[in-house]
Parts: sequence; structure tokens; C-alpha cells
Amino acid sequence: LGLALYAGSLCAASEATFLYHDYCVIGAGPAGLQAAYFLQRAGRDYIVFERSHAPGSFFALYPRHRKLISINKQYTGKSNSEFNLRHDWNSLLSHDRRLLFRRYSRDFFPDADTMVRYLEDFASLLKLRVQYNTAIIHVTLEKNEQAWNGHYFLLTDQDRKNYKCSLLLVAAGTWVPNVVNFPGSEYVEGYETVSINPEDFTGQTVLILGRGNSAFETAENILGVTNFIHMVSRSRVRLSWATHYVGDLRAINNGLLDTYQLKSLDGLLEGDLEDLAIIKDKKGKLHITLRFYLENRNISAGIDSITLPQDELDNFATRAPYDRVIRCLGWKFDFSIYNRSLRMMPGKGNIKKYPQIKPSYESRGTRGLFVLGTASHSVDFRKSAGGFIHGFRYTTRAVHRLLENRHHGVPWPSTVYPITQLTNSIIKRVNEASGLYQMFSVLADIILLRENATAFEYLEEYPIGVLAELETQTGRKARSGLFVVIMEYGRNFSGADKDVFYYNRAVGEAQHAWQSNFLHPVIYYYKRLPTEREMRLRHPDWPLPRPDAIHHIVEDFLTDWTAPNAHILPLRRFVENCLGTDLRNFFAESCFLFAFTRQKLPPCCQQGYMRMQGLVGSQELRHHAAQAGLLQDYTHTDFSDDRPPDSHAGSQEQLMRDHGMPVRPLQHLVNAKDE
Amino acid sequence: MSAQKDRWISSLVFLLFCVSSMPKCGSASLQQEPSPQHYFSGLEAGKTSLAFFTPSVSPGAQPFLEQIESSAEALQDYGVSVVKVNCPKEDVSRYCGKENALRKAFLFRGSRLIREFPTDALFDVNSIVANILFALLFNEVKYVETLADLENIENVLKGKSNMVFAYVPATGTAEHRAVMEAAFVYGTIHQFVLTTEAALLKVTSQDDPDVSSAWLLFCHCQQATDPAQPCRRTALAQPLTLLSIHRHLKLMGAPLVTEVAEDPEKISTVHLQLGLPLVFILSQKETYEADRRTAEFVAWQLLGKAGVALLSRDLVDLNVLHRSNVALKTPDEGMPIQYLVLEDTDEVITLVEDKNKVKQIQKDEQEEEDEDEKENNNQDIQDDQVVEAVSRDKKRELPLGEILVLTEENFHSSLSKAAWTVVLFYASWEAVSLAVLRSYSEVAALLKGTPGVLLSRVNCWDWPGLCSQENVTQFPTMRIYKEGQQSVTYGGMWGTEELSSFILLSQVPCPLKLATMDEAEGYLRGEFPPELSSHHHTSLLGVFSTATSEAREAFEEAGNILSGDVRMGMYFEDDALSLSRKYSVSPPALLLTRSGSRTVEGIPLSKHSVQDMVQMIRYQLLDIFPEITVSNLPQYLQLGKPFLILFSAGEISQMESEEMLKLTKGRPQKTFVACWLNLKKTPVGHGILRTYFSTMPSLPVLLWVNLHAGGQVFKFPSEQSITEMNILSWLEKLQAGLEIPSSTLSEEDWKPPLPAYDFLQMMEPSVPELSPHAGHTPAKHPPQSPGGDTARGDTAIREEPSQDSTAEEIGSPGRGLRGTAPRLAARDKLGKRHSEL
Repeated sequence: LGLALYAGSLCAASEATFLYHDYCVIGAGPAGLQAAYFLQRAGRDYIVFERSHAPGSFFALYPRHRKLISINKQYTGKSNSEFNLRHDWNSLLSHDRRLLFRRYSRDFFPDADTMVRYLEDFASLLKLRVQYNTAIIHVTLEKNEQAWNGHYFLLTDQDRKNYKCSLLLVAAGTWVPNVVNFPGSEYVEGYETVSINPEDFTGQTVLILGRGNSAFETAENILGVTNFIHMVSRSRVRLSWATHYVGDLRAINNGLLDTYQLKSLDGLLEGDLEDLAIIKDKKGKLHITLRFYLENRNISAGIDSITLPQDELDNFATRAPYDRVIRCLGWKFDFSIYNRSLRMMPGKGNIKKYPQIKPSYESRGTRGLFVLGTASHSVDFRKSAGGFIHGFRYTTRAVHRLLENRHHGVPWPSTVYPITQLTNSIIKRVNEASGLYQMFSVLADIILLRENATAFEYLEEYPIGVLAELETQTGRKARSGLFVVIMEYGRNFSGADKDVFYYNRAVGEAQHAWQSNFLHPVIYYYKRLPTEREMRLRHPDWPLPRPDAIHHIVEDFLTDWTAPNAHILPLRRFVENCLGTDLRNFFAESCFLFAFTRQKLPPCCQQGYMRMQGLVGSQELRHHAAQAGLLQDYTHTDFSDDRPPDSHAGSQEQLMRDHGMPVRPLQHLVNAKDE
Repeated sequence: MSAQKDRWISSLVFLLFCVSSMPKCGSASLQQEPSPQHYFSGLEAGKTSLAFFTPSVSPGAQPFLEQIESSAEALQDYGVSVVKVNCPKEDVSRYCGKENALRKAFLFRGSRLIREFPTDALFDVNSIVANILFALLFNEVKYVETLADLENIENVLKGKSNMVFAYVPATGTAEHRAVMEAAFVYGTIHQFVLTTEAALLKVTSQDDPDVSSAWLLFCHCQQATDPAQPCRRTALAQPLTLLSIHRHLKLMGAPLVTEVAEDPEKISTVHLQLGLPLVFILSQKETYEADRRTAEFVAWQLLGKAGVALLSRDLVDLNVLHRSNVALKTPDEGMPIQYLVLEDTDEVITLVEDKNKVKQIQKDEQEEEDEDEKENNNQDIQDDQVVEAVSRDKKRELPLGEILVLTEENFHSSLSKAAWTVVLFYASWEAVSLAVLRSYSEVAALLKGTPGVLLSRVNCWDWPGLCSQENVTQFPTMRIYKEGQQSVTYGGMWGTEELSSFILLSQVPCPLKLATMDEAEGYLRGEFPPELSSHHHTSLLGVFSTATSEAREAFEEAGNILSGDVRMGMYFEDDALSLSRKYSVSPPALLLTRSGSRTVEGIPLSKHSVQDMVQMIRYQLLDIFPEITVSNLPQYLQLGKPFLILFSAGEISQMESEEMLKLTKGRPQKTFVACWLNLKKTPVGHGILRTYFSTMPSLPVLLWVNLHAGGQVFKFPSEQSITEMNILSWLEKLQAGLEIPSSTLSEEDWKPPLPAYDFLQMMEPSVPELSPHAGHTPAKHPPQSPGGDTARGDTAIREEPSQDSTAEEIGSPGRGLRGTAPRLAARDKLGKRHSEL
């Protein structure tokens, strides 16, 4: 570090003055602040640049109608802070319990101003180093062999002040509004400036371009006062409750769907905006036509000479003239400030609004440049929550951990447990972990087995896209096989055209768990770390390549996977069979018997009883175990009673049968909850 | 086992083949003859035939005809042809003419009529074969009605040949047929005697016989010499079938004792072939006569159950212990021969009989397991004793009222409230935690009212942040916080007693500084400090002169480590020297009073490092002849030495205890752990003995158990008394390898008790990309997978609801209430849903 600083100051002397920091973060939005928090906690040299005078400038303007659609659940019936984060989509991660969003707002869908206030508090309470009123307008590279990644990042702000950093974290979000150019697009108002006062729309006929939450939010606001609203977009509407993707249309905004389908004049249309043209007539009404008609015409000929679709097709859908056309087409990443040498390229297809990055969130073009926050959503676009606060707060932490290992020799945090704690560790995590839950199929817990499977190392929330590079990225060794714990929805359950409410959508039997549709934990077992090639060749729909064994924990209505027989037992059998050992718990008395009658002991006895930590168990418990036929009660044995060994086994089976029964009668309880 | 069965079935088939090929016979089934004349003219001398005459017009006894037709083939095996003779209308000869002759069947040998049968005696194949053979074997099979008849026959046979005596409840039964068929084969070798008199059955069988089932005795009359005595009898223990009789006679025909002069591994006898074990009596030239008698005696006892061979050790070079006197070879392939030292013939017999029993049981179990595997039903049955016990107990409300519930909010404030706060960190979903919580609630009841101690708990499922902040990574964890400051983590057994003892001991400083000589003496007597006087612990007192500060510091440090575990005091006043002198050591030294003892042992302290000190203290705390219990075993196992352990039904006697103490005290560098086990206090000891011995040995029993190397278990001869000398000489023999282990501990690994659900395999058919050659193969779907393979998506999903909403499917069997809410209605599940991929 000292060397880097020295090298940095040398450069500064030779050229203009550069202010050096190890880490530069662009943007003091949620992701930038979250990154700053981790850097601060780790004692790193960093600075955050924010173009506005306060953090979260995007939220100062957006959403225009001020209602956040990220939930702020006050009550879950649980006090588990980690679990509760699953239902808190606004808080950033910190050790400070004051910085929980529910302390800022009681609204389930809070106001955006509250978010701004929260972010201000987050930055100030945690004393994060943010340099406000600094808009980075240019980023370029300076080659230097001594730099961490072979180059420094040189940043220039609006006042031509220069900054130099070893690592650049881009948390600038996507804030450049998407614009479509077509003849007449000058008549279109943008979402960013359109009036949010419904009175301005009284008695008007409105056309909205776009079909995202901003479009519907805009429509929702004026639904009651307009003549009618039409909405046009290339793709059909995707409802988030059908796709399980929070970025799709949320139910809170979908009032227009209701009025459309309940024949109240509003409606949705599909069509490519590129083909559109808008003509303003003398009365100021806006007419929809097609670019095709304009191209064949002499535009100067005046408006009356332009063919309108209804001239040829007299039932053309949008033949009625509009008073206003509003564009709500979302935003894209600002690529303009990066020098070509950084090769910040837009993604392909539907992720072209995001820069190209690797699953490790590092830019594909430049080593040492990481993209955080909304701009990093290309990794899990339309799949998981990486574009939203409740998702990227975890991916940001993951990036921080990767960097700690890469540049500071701090391996990925892990805990080593004895093997007897394996099922417990998994159960604990799948029941409370928020990162796994929010970033399902993106972040995974990794369990690295130690030799002879007597112990294991637990790593939390590692990005599975770079599973093959685990050893170099985390500084941990995967010598004897590994488990990967992730959460998944059923493979073809989610989707825009799927009926997610069909009968029998839920699986209740542990042995059919692989058919679970709702979000449920899945554990992959690999005898060795998958290679990069295997990762590359995996099926595109699969987060991971073919494992050596796989286990699904059956979906649960309460997302509470602690049922001893339906959840924990099959999981234990799975890990037992992967490891080839017996992971049952035994009372001290059983271990005592094994110690005298077997040369080898099960792990529970080895790691517990033999270390003087046997589970003695109360009288009642041992009695229950004996009744279940799982523990023999020798108390009443006398010497003449030399029972043949089978009588015990017989009673055991009998008891097992008996206790298998009681669940069954309940099947007749028919409840019409889902009918 | 099945290999043997095959072998002797094939020999029987061969035998039947011989039978059937003896007389020449024509076609396999019923012969037809146009007329009586034709039939009688064709009869050959010596050839047996069963004829029945039917008028060509009236189709009279139809059912009888069907039976006789189907028995034709069976009879053919015995050289009897079955002929249907058509009576022309005008024929009025002897067989065709009379009305009643048409309801009979006639047995001819050559042209001579042997017997005529009313058709109602020939009701099925069994009765036909039985009755025909009964008639044919008139001389070979004697029918008796009284005991006198039987005795007459028996007497005549004595010294000449053996007798097979069978009781059948009625003639014409399947058992009757089996006996007759056997008589057909063995009739020339043994005299067959048949009865249907229940009275005869009662006098011939020992216990109350079941008159409705058949019974067969083999009477060894050939060797019977005493005319006054009845012949020896061996009953057939199995139900009467041709196979079982054949097997039995074959066994009876085998020599009683086979003399063997070759490697027993290579020996094969009738017994082994028939799936029975073979017992070798190991003999020497000097004892040959006695051994021969023993062998014969055993052979008689085991007749029909096992074979007995006399193996001469002089002729065969056996690489086994010289003392071995019996060997057992089982018919299972690949099972090594067991060499044993047995004391009397009864042991040989129990050995064989129990083996059979055990084998039978194993077989049954195996079959059951096979069935289970097929159904795979056991996988979802809980086999974890702790989890199952806890879930069976979950309805009971625990008395946790005395235990303070700590949360993130009140944790730190509560810790400062009491001098000692005991905190149990646990997870409310985890079985071991819950089991410990039960013991903890008992501790709370025990310690209720103890001043200065506050019992509390933290549920880490509710407060994960608090638990990780307190560095609790495993559940359960118990800590004692002293005035909210330092804490000691408990590392002992999770039993009520151990937990409360730890909590109580932790209250007293460790080591406790004693100020006066009186305190020090009181401490050693267990009277000081008064708050611990009710608890019986070994008291350990470190005595230091003012000069030995290094040792004292190490001792204090060791006290911190052992806090709660060990009762430690220290004394370093000016008169420390005189205190230690009293126990003939000089400072630095340890003085030690064991619980329940008054004597003070003095041990000089030579090592001064903390680790050594801790280790030394732990070692000194071990008893020299401890009673092994569930809770103290690990301490002694850690020594890594074999155990010399005395299993006693209750307290051990003074004499045994003294002898054992002598034995251990006499040998200061102990190479083994001498200990004893009270079966009353530690009943699981019965389980240990049951594993070691097939029959419970008489108590007390002294065992040498190599727990760490090899796992052999040796039993001290029960006829010797437990004295130091006897044990020592036995141990010497043991060491010299002259003793045979009574048992060896299983080396079996702890494998997964049951398989897991193979989801990978289940997913493969419908998710082809999972298969190793993913991506390149076109997706193939199983044809019957519901949800449509060719029609993607929509149909799959829309079809299912309509199928499901039918009423019958609601509440179909085997569906529990375990699922998510949509399954509340417990509807039957439809198969694959991921077929769309």
C-alpha cells in the first residue's frame, strides 16, 4: 500500500495534481453507500463521489409519484434480524440497528423522500467519506506496472479536478432516460418532467409509451380524471407475481389492467415504437400513424396530406386522437464518461442498458473496475434482485469480500464446524439468511469439506457465477468436495404467461421436493470444484453444472424449513450419503455402548461424547427414545431374561409403524383456502 | 443356502427320473381303449395299469374322470398307466356290464386284478396317487392300528433295518401321498409303517401332538441291540412333503460321525450340501476314544440339525490354537471355519441351534429389508433417537418459568444483575438444543434459591445477532458470566447433574485461596467452603512455599482452565511447609482427597508449565479402580489403554475390590485400565454383555477388552476365583496369545443408515440437460409424463387443474398435512411438473 501511495505521489508530481485513494466509488446512491460502508469497516482508503449535494439523488426525483414499490414490512412475527431483512427491501446492511428502514417509515410502500432521508442518515451516522457536488465527467486509465491491476484509474470532475485510484467501483446506477426517436417524438413528454398533478389531465385522452412500473405508475395517477389511457409497448405485460421478478409490473401499480379488462375504455396495445409516428393536427391533437406512411410522402405537403392508418383501415385501434403522449421507457447506464480504453460496452439484447460485466461484477473490459448496484443487474436481469436495494446490498458485500481477498490478503470469512453440525448449519442458513433468499440462484453458501469429512468450512453468499474460481477468489481450499446451497423457484413455474395459481402447484411430500415450485433451498454436491469449462457449458437455465448429487428441500408455505421429518431428515440423509457417514445424534448412553462394542464410533459420539460433551438426555427423553425403539431400555433387564435379539428389533419395527401412522387421518381435513 | 437347496432338489429330480424310467411306459397321458377285449388282450405281464370302464354313451362320472386324467402323468412316474376303456353298448362283461363297476377303477398288474377302488376314494390327484401306491406297496408299507402292532414290527426289525413310521390324519391326503412316494423310493431300504390312528401318534411323540397334522419318525432299529428298549427315534421337524422326507431320510442315512483326516476347509458332506452346518470335534490320538464317544453323543443330539465329524489333529496340520476343541463349518460359501474352545457338549448344541436361529432371523430381517428397499418407505421415518425423542416430547410444556429469557435488548443489562449469570444459547428448532433445554430446566429446579446465580437462555433462532456477537457458533452452548464480565464456557456432559455441579463449582474461585491452616484442613475434609459442603467432589489443594511463585502462578492459571470442573484450593501461607510435611511431601505439592475417602494423598509438583499442570491434575483425578459410568468413560478411554473390566450385578464384593486394587496398585506403570461396572447403575452394560456373548455369562464376569487395538474381548475363566494371582496368570496367558477371544468388536464403519432421495435420477428423465451429455441431445420426455411433452407449457399447466379438481382425488391415501397451504386439501399429486423444460 505504501508503495502504491508512493508511486501515486510520484505520478502526481510529474503531471497535474491527483488526489489518490485506493478505492474510488462513483455515486452515493444505495450501492455506493453500501460499498463505502464495507470499505470503511475494513479500514480501507476510499472516497465516494456524488454529483449532487446529498446522497441518493435519483430518489430525490424518482419515482415521480413518490411511492416506492419496495416493501417495508414492519412485522413478521419474528425477532430474527437476519430473517426480517428478507422482508425489508429498503434498508442497507450495517451494524447499526438505528439504520433499519422500518424506523424511518411505517408505510408498507414508503415515500421516496424517506429513502433520501434514510440515505442521508446512513452516510452521516456511519461517517462515510462522500465528496458531494462532484460529478465525474471522465474516467481514463494510466498504465503502471506497480498498480494493483496494472493501471490506475484517473477521474476528472466537473471542475477539472483529478483523482487517481487503484480500484474503481462504479455505483452510478442507470439514470439516463431511454428515448425513442420517431417522427413526431418531439410532441412526447418524458416521465422525468411530466406533470404529476392529476388535474392537469382532466378530460384528456392520454397515450403512454412503455409498459414498466413507471408507465403504470403514471397511468395509475391519472386514471380517474382522463377520458381514457392507452398504453403501447413492444412486449406484452409481465406481472411480477407471475414472473417472480420484482422489476416487472407490480400489483400496486396495475390499476389500468383492471379498468382495461373491466371495459372501462383504457387499454393496452402491442407494437414497436420504432414504427410509430405522431402527427399534431391543427387543434393540437396528436394522431398516431406509422413511420411507413411518412417515408412515402413529402413532409412539407402539410398535415392533411399525410395518410393515417384509419384512412385505409377504418377500425384502426388508435384512430382516436390523443391530447398527450407520455414516454415512460426507463433508464440506461451512462456510458459517456468512460474513455474508450476502459472498454465499457453495453450488454447485448435486453441488457443493453447495462455495462458488460462478469459474474464477479468486474467489468469485462477493465480489470479493477467493478460495477455495483442497479448498473450491475445484467448478471441476473429478469431473474433475481441484483438490480434492487434488497439484492445489491448483498452483491456489494460479495464484491467487497472478493476484493479483500484479492488486494488485502483477507480470505473470504468462514467458520469451521465439526461435521456433526452440517445439517444444522444448512438449516440455520436456509431459514434465516436474507442474501440467499433475495439473491436466489445468484449468491450461494459454499460448504467446503475438510479431509476425511470430519469438519467443514462455511462460506456465506458467494457469487456462484464464479464458482470455478472459488479458490483464488476466496483464498479457501476446496480439496475434499463441496456443497453449494442456493434457493430456486421451480424451473418452469415463473413466467409472463404462466398460471402460477393452478391447482396442486405446491408440493408437500419430501420425496417429490424436486418438483417444488415456490422458492426453496437446493443443495448441490460436487466431489471437486467444477471447472470453468463445466461452468461455461452448463445449461443456460441452470445456475450450476451437473452436480454429483442434488437435494431439494421441499417448498414450505411458511418458508420455515425446520420440520424434523419433512425437512431436516431428508437433508441429513442426503449429506450422509454424500459423505458416506452416519450423522445421527446419539444419547451418551448409546455412545457408551458403541464405545464398548464397536471399534469405530459415529461422528456424533466422536465429536461429542468422547470429548466429554455427551448428550445425557432427561429421563423423559430417553423413555421416548426407548418407546420409539431407537434406544434400548436395559433398566428392567434381569439375567434370566435372555431375550433373543429379534424381539427388540420386532418391537422397534412395530413402534416405527405406529408412529408413522398419526399423520394420515388429517388428510381428510379439507380446507378450501386455495379454492 | 439356495445353492445347496438346488443341489438336493436336482438329486431328487434325478431320483424321480430313475423311478420313472424303470418301467417302460408309453405315452405320457391317458390311454384310450376301444373295448375291454382290446384292453385285456394288450396287458403285459408285470405291467401295472389302472383301468376304468365307461359306457360310450352316458357321460357318467365326469369330475372323477378329470381328476384321473390329470393324475395319469403323476402315476406314470411310478410305472402305472391309466387306461380308459370304452364299453360298447352290448357289452355285459364283468367290468362293463354291472352298473356299479362303472363307478370303480381297477388296478391290474399284468392281467391280475390287484385292487378295485370306488371312485369316491379317488377324489383328487393326491388321493389317486396315494391310494394307488398304497395298494402297490402293500408289502413295503405296513399299516398298523395299535401300539402292539407297531412294537411287533419294531422288534422284528431290530438289528436288521430301520423303520420309517408315519402318521397321517387321513389317507388320500397330500401327506399320505408324500409318504407313499417316499416309500416307493426307500421302501426297499427302510420298513415303512403307516397309521391314521391318533392314539398311536400320542404314544410315539413326546409332547402334546397336533392330531390334524402329519408326523414322521425315523426309528434307528438297525443298530438297536437291546430288545427291551425301543429303537432311537428322530422326528422330522418340518411339514411332511416329498422333499422334506427325502431330505430327512438322506440325513438319517448319512454316517452318524464322519471321520476326517484332511483340511476341514475342503470337506463337504451331505449336511453341508443340504444347507446344514458341520461340527468338527477336534481329536488327538491320546483322547481318540473319548472324543469318538463325545462326537457320537453330540451327533445323536444334532441328528437332522447338523453333521458331526471327528477331525484328527495328528493327521491334519491345523493352524489354530492348541486348546481349540470344536470347529464349526457353516454351509454359507466363503464363511471361514470357526474354531472354538467349548466346555461341554451342551455348548456345542446351543452353538448349532442358536446359529440356526440367528440365521433364520437374519434371513427374515433381510427379506424384510429387501421389501423395505423396494418400497423405500423407511427413508422418511425418523431414525435419529434424539430428534425422535424430542419430537415425541414436544407437546409437553417445559417448566422454564425459573429461567430468564434473554433478548438482544435485555442481554447486557441482565448480566450485570446477578453475580453469576448462566446463559444457555440454543436454537429452538434444533433437537440437541431442545434435549439440553430439558436438562437445563431440571437444573433450574435443582438450583432454585441458590443465591447469586441466575439461570437464563437465549434462543439463537430469535437473536442470531446476539449469538454471533457472543461468538456462539454451535448450539447448544452454556456460559457462565461473572458479574457480566468474563465468562466460562461449559465443556462437559449435558446432564442435569454435571451441569448443576459445574454451576455450583463455578461460584467458588478456582483455585480458592485458603488463609489459615484450619481452612486448609477443612477444605481437604470437604467442609470448607460451606456452600460446597453438600457436594462431593475430589478436593485438590496446591501447597506452595512463598518461594515457589512460578509453580503457584501455573497452578492459578490451571485453575482458570479447570474452573467449574475441578475443586481446587491453594495454600501459600508461611506454615505451608508444615502442612505439606504432614502428608510427607514438600512444597510445591498437591494434596488430594478423593470424594468419599478420608485419606489425603500427597503428590509433589515437578512440572511448572500450565499445560502440564492441567494434564497432571486431570490425570491425578482419575481413580485407580474406578466404577465406569456413562459419564466418566471418556476420561478413561482417553488413556488409550485396554480395559480390564469387572461387570457386576450390583456393588462389587469387598474381596473382589481388594483383589483388583492389589492388582492395580502393585503395578505402578499401568498398561491397562482396571475398572468395574455396576449393571444396576449402568444398565446399558447388559447391552455390552449381550453383544459379547450369545448367552448371558454368570456374574460377576471379568473381561479384558482391547478397546483401542484389535477389539478382542477375553473372558476370565468363570470357574476361577477373582484373585490377583489368578488374574495375573490369566493376563500372562493372554499376552502370550494362548487365550481365544470370546468376541471381537465390530470394525464396521458408520455408513449412512438409509439412502437419500435420488433427485438427480428423478430429474434426469424430465430435465435432460442435467444428464452428462447435456446440451447436445434433443430433449426426450417420458411418454406418460403428465403435463404434455410435445405441447409445451400452457397445456401442461391447464390440464392439471381440471384433472385435480375431481372429487375422488381429494384426500387420496398417503398424503399428509405436511405441505404448503395449497396442499391443505391433501390432494393427490400429479407427477412431473418440470417437463416443459
